[in-house]
Amino acid sequence: MLGTGQAALVAVLAGRMYQLQILESDRYVVLADENRINLQLLTPPRGRILDRFGVAFADNHQNYHLVIVPEQAGDIAATLDALASLIEVGEADRRRVLRDIRRKHPFVPVVVRGNLSWDEMARIEVAIPELPGVSVEQGLTRSYPFGETAAHVIGYVAAVSESELTGDPLLELPDFRIGKSGVEKSQDAELRGSAGTSQVEVNAFGRVVRELARVPGRPGSDVVTGLDAAMQDFLARRCITEESVASVLLDAVTGEILALVSIPGFDPAPFTTGLTPAMWQQLSADPRNPLTNKAIAGVYPPGSTFKPVVATAALAAGVLTPETSITCPGSLALGNATFHCWRQHGHGTLRLRDAIKKSCDVFFYETARRLGIDRLAAMARRLGFGSPLGLDIPGERPGLIPSREWKLATTGNAWSQGETLIAGIGQGSVLATPLQIAIMVARLVTGRAVTPRLARADRGISAGDDSALPDFPALGVSPRVLAFVVDGMNAVVNEQGGTAYAERITEPGFAMGGKSGTSQVRAISEYEHEHGLRKISQIPWKERDHALFVGFAPVVAPRYVCVTVVEHGGVTGGHGSEVAGPICRDVLYEVQRRDPARRVPGRDSVAQLPSPGWPSQPRSDAPGG
Amino acid sequence: MASLSADLVQREPRLWQRIRAISWGLVLLICTAACFGVAVLYSAADGNMEPWAAKQTMRFAITLILMVGAALIDIRLWFRAAYWVYAIALALVVAVDLRGFVGMGAQRWIDLGVIQLQPSELMNVAVVLALARYFHSLANEDAERIRYLILPALMVLVPAALVLKQPDLGTAIMLLMGGVVLFFIAGVRLRFFLLTAATAAAALPGVWHFLRDYQKNRIYTFLDPDSDPLGAGYHILQSKIALGSGGLFGKGFLQGSQSHLSFLPEKQTDFIFTTLAEEFGYAGGLGLLALYTLIIVYGFAIALRSRNHFGRLLGLGIVTNFFLYVFINTAMVMGLIPVVGVPLPLISYGGTAILAVMLGFGLLINVGVHRDTRLNRSGARRPG
Repeated sequence: MLGTGQAALVAVLAGRMYQLQILESDRYVVLADENRINLQLLTPPRGRILDRFGVAFADNHQNYHLVIVPEQAGDIAATLDALASLIEVGEADRRRVLRDIRRKHPFVPVVVRGNLSWDEMARIEVAIPELPGVSVEQGLTRSYPFGETAAHVIGYVAAVSESELTGDPLLELPDFRIGKSGVEKSQDAELRGSAGTSQVEVNAFGRVVRELARVPGRPGSDVVTGLDAAMQDFLARRCITEESVASVLLDAVTGEILALVSIPGFDPAPFTTGLTPAMWQQLSADPRNPLTNKAIAGVYPPGSTFKPVVATAALAAGVLTPETSITCPGSLALGNATFHCWRQHGHGTLRLRDAIKKSCDVFFYETARRLGIDRLAAMARRLGFGSPLGLDIPGERPGLIPSREWKLATTGNAWSQGETLIAGIGQGSVLATPLQIAIMVARLVTGRAVTPRLARADRGISAGDDSALPDFPALGVSPRVLAFVVDGMNAVVNEQGGTAYAERITEPGFAMGGKSGTSQVRAISEYEHEHGLRKISQIPWKERDHALFVGFAPVVAPRYVCVTVVEHGGVTGGHGSEVAGPICRDVLYEVQRRDPARRVPGRDSVAQLPSPGWPSQPRSDAPGG
Repeated sequence: MASLSADLVQREPRLWQRIRAISWGLVLLICTAACFGVAVLYSAADGNMEPWAAKQTMRFAITLILMVGAALIDIRLWFRAAYWVYAIALALVVAVDLRGFVGMGAQRWIDLGVIQLQPSELMNVAVVLALARYFHSLANEDAERIRYLILPALMVLVPAALVLKQPDLGTAIMLLMGGVVLFFIAGVRLRFFLLTAATAAAALPGVWHFLRDYQKNRIYTFLDPDSDPLGAGYHILQSKIALGSGGLFGKGFLQGSQSHLSFLPEKQTDFIFTTLAEEFGYAGGLGLLALYTLIIVYGFAIALRSRNHFGRLLGLGIVTNFFLYVFINTAMVMGLIPVVGVPLPLISYGGTAILAVMLGFGLLINVGVHRDTRLNRSGARRPG
């Protein structure tokens, strides 16, 4: 009986083993592997962002940080004291280290200090033999050699926020950085690469015993942009003297942005490691909006720079010919409202070319009245206003081209003709980004629906290789009309009496055309109309007008377009050419001077075309024209 | 008297005869199991003889000699010394309670310098020895009278209570169950067991009160091992994972991830069966169980072939004890019964465990060697 009982119990044991080891074995094998195998992700190095010549705007910088392995260090306090005598270890660092050590396993390295300088490195390396458990480790941090000057266009990277998590475990790595703005954000997928994995065997305490397998990741690809680092630098240095500027230099033929600046800028580097609340507070409270890319996200009334649009619309619609004369007595009355010209005593009788050249407001009030808002708005949209241009960085704003429907929808009131007049000089509800103004001119000088872009993935690094020019569709505006308007902008700069004559480029072959503008920040009061305008020094900075200038060069076969908006930089009643014009002039001169090889005629450049339909205008001094 | 003594001399087996009478087959089986144990200890130390395998080999060698010695001593000597052995063992248990060495949260050891003696393990053998003598001297019909059962019951209950107080639940259970089986073999009626079982059930709440928190936890954990996988249930869950992931043929010698990466607790002592079954699989685990079964069958054969009641009781008691060790340990690591600290005989690392087991085997072989010796009730050899 005893034997039978024991035999039965042994059978129970064998049965239980059969159940565990044979029937349920698969489940336990999985559990055992989950126990022992840890999958660790390896962060891929992020791709660089390069200019068209291969100069890096964003790079990875090797940095060194000091780590301590608690179980090897033994007396942590003593080790920290020893380190503090070599390099600076703040009280906050010290507390964080002690806290981390308490929380983590004793074999997990804890970072004591990041970003060691060479000097600090040297001091530690010498002392390391006496400091068990202390070592210097390498890491990669994003670096931006151009710092503030390209921060808006290149963008920055920062730690992944909760809303950006997609389930990709790579994003959950503590040292992973994701593009937050600019090219860093728009090309993030390219730059990111893919994570490698390392399968490690760990014991019950989490200590890594050995590496079982390693799948190397794919490093992020470099992104080549159409930017020209030298021009970017030049533009930024040219603008830095102003308080608040947005400026874009564009290749009118390819749509590539060569330089884009928004002043004031910000240093993208601290974002990588994490901004302090104080820094963030300072950046976001600044009235000059350093974090905003004003070239694409700043919207301004385009002012007189809008007049070429009105001229093009009027000529295309046939409400005006180059011969149509309009008299400017200094103001225009419509109903019981009076619309003033910037020149108090008027321009007298003049035709379209002179009206552009002298930027006569009354001429364009009348032109807009004849044209009507519908046709004006349609041409403005065709030239790139009123909606985002699809630039390949985030943050573009649409601006605004008012229309009857818009007015009714937003205010509930019907459109009034007075608003058409105001729109005729680019004021009132008309809002545009600096980039839109530049694109408008690029479209006028090429006759094609040019769109801007930054990335150059299909073209790679090259100097002046135009073999793969983008094929923009034709604008659908008569070349004769375009040639006439472009010629008018030539007159603005290069003819005596033009509003920007003082800003002309005198060097033969380098001449630019352009259009100045002033955008009012506040209405000019009746009092001022009657008693004269206040002196610039009497007006608070925030209330001063914006000064605008858009220029193109060369005047023959224009290739480059530069727009500059100096916020609150205008002299009330002036043209913006005094502040913004010289910047465009210098930049357009520099870009032509720098690379003569690039001064090849673009296809279909309207300035090359003869303008047969209309009698040629007298050109007193039009260099290169 | 002269003829009697001549008779004695004549019938007394000579030393070499006794050596020849030793069941060398059983010794071989024991050695095989011990070798298996050393191999697993070698693996448990990540392929090192230190710290366990070498020491265990030495201990086995010494206790092997002790076993043979115990086997060759005249069984009558054992018979006469039975109560003394019991008394000494009991004294040691009491000594542990009084000035025991505190380890693992439990007082179990006496540090003798070279060995940390765990008297409760020796108590197992002593109880079997004492009960065998008691029941040998008791007439069969007396075994049914309850007043003759009070003394042997106390002989079991007193040390069991002392051991439980140490606290060593596993050994206490071993003592009780070993005692019960011996009562059964001695011919005590089944109704006494039922009566005792009923009393024990009634006393259970009281016993529960005496259990330490960790012992209560172990029972809770047994009832629902998944309730706290990182806490109290961790050991048994990891043990099941190790067993299950071993599969049919195991992960291979030195390849057990659960034991080598320290997921398995007590891999060299109480959970050594898991270490073994992880590396050698179902085949290896079943092989060891088969080896144990052979040893037990051998033991039964030896015990049943003894012509004296004392020998039969002693042999069966020791074999049963051995079986209980094996069953409780393996059932525990498989999650069939709550975790109680019982080592796997011949395999687990530990000095006293192997000493007790080998002494037991010595007595078992002794029964075999002296199977023809007749003993009267007082222990003197019966006249032929």
